[in-house]
Amino acid sequence: MKNKYINAIYNGLIKENPTFVLMLGMCPTLAVTTSAINGIGMGLSTTAVLMMSNLLIGCLRNIIPDKVRIPSYIVIIASFVTIVQLLLQAFVPSVYSALGIYIPLIVVNCIIFGRAEAFASKNSGPLSFCDGIGMGLGFTWAITVIGLVREFLGAGTLFGIEVLTKIPGFEPIAIFIMAPGAFFVLAILTALQNKFKAPSATNTDTGCDSIACGGNCAACSGSVFVANKELLDKAKAEEEAKKAAEKAAKAAAAKAKKEAEAASKTEE
Amino acid sequence: MFIKAILILLSAALVNNVLLSQFLGLCPFLGVSKQVETAAGMGAAVIFVITIASAVCSAIYLAVLVPMDLTYLNTIVFILVIAALVQLVEMVLKKLMPSLYKALGIYLPLITTNCAVLGVALNNVQNYTDHVMFYSIVNGLGSSIGFTISIVLMAGIRERIATNDITSSFRGMPIVLVTAGLMAIAFCGFSGVI
Repeated sequence: MKNKYINAIYNGLIKENPTFVLMLGMCPTLAVTTSAINGIGMGLSTTAVLMMSNLLIGCLRNIIPDKVRIPSYIVIIASFVTIVQLLLQAFVPSVYSALGIYIPLIVVNCIIFGRAEAFASKNSGPLSFCDGIGMGLGFTWAITVIGLVREFLGAGTLFGIEVLTKIPGFEPIAIFIMAPGAFFVLAILTALQNKFKAPSATNTDTGCDSIACGGNCAACSGSVFVANKELLDKAKAEEEAKKAAEKAAKAAAAKAKKEAEAASKTEE
Repeated sequence: MFIKAILILLSAALVNNVLLSQFLGLCPFLGVSKQVETAAGMGAAVIFVITIASAVCSAIYLAVLVPMDLTYLNTIVFILVIAALVQLVEMVLKKLMPSLYKALGIYLPLITTNCAVLGVALNNVQNYTDHVMFYSIVNGLGSSIGFTISIVLMAGIRERIATNDITSSFRGMPIVLVTAGLMAIAFCGFSGVI
């Protein structure tokens, strides 16, 4: 793991996996994982958007003024989402119709905005690109696995190939591919993570027991970062003020000293 | 037209519940549902924003995007309009209705990038071909009422769960997700209504 580019990819795939560890982007994770194929389609679309938006934001990070960075990121991300949407509609219409409304909703996916703000705005274009690949593929394999489990239990198939349904008299547990099943699968997953003390946002010592970075995508993709940034800026400003005060105090002390010296000289 | 509007309202609120069957806006559903009071505040803010956003987005869609043949740009336009709209609503409320702002103010910034707002706006222009504006407002109102119903119910259940003795590995998020799953099953029962 010497190479920082490979490190960035590895980080997203395993160490900081957006779905299993960071618990980001839960809406698409629950909504589109009715089958493994849908999971792959959603994952790869998100990866494409994430890679391109990270690359562009990483390259433009010194040009975009700090105050309008959030609207600029939204425009960049939304443009790439539209491109991906049109490409899917043209070349893989089956995936496009299966994912439906969730393709344009990639715009408000916490992972993309979160990485733009947390990584791409601080690192160079190529490095951010690698981070995008890692995070995107990490998301892809995670939701594909969830999709596989749901499809296997709910429909008895794997990637559309009949497996369990070949057993005579087998009745698939249809609830798993319906809406409630998504909640149950995720509940069992987080419970297992708690049980085995796996690294995850849901069982940290800080008491963050909410999914998706404190519980809401909105805060994640805007408010928290803004708040954090404000805190940092405030700390920085305070430090500077402190330094300035010290300098002023020093200057005042030096001046007082000089005056005292001058005074003593005149007395002499 | 009015019978259709009532049907749209009921189906958006109960049958196709935004949270429990479409999975839109899940993050506030799981994050801001610890107390009934805050959940109700969040729900009220969502009703306010989604209804206004549905009206404005469908108006822009009809007045600008359709005549200029730019409907493929709807994602970009809607997300920017919603982001600007939430800021505007916040400022207007602060100036004109300070009491309402006090009640909803802290929830408004959380809604800017809520997927439910964008999802409902996009659904509106895709699903309705006639009376788009009117049906969009009705659908927005219905969806957000559905959001409020389920988030308040969830908060009520969570207040009770907090004092229960739960197996250690299911404490925190897992039990909330199981609860959401059971609520989703209950809401499946509404599919027979319409």
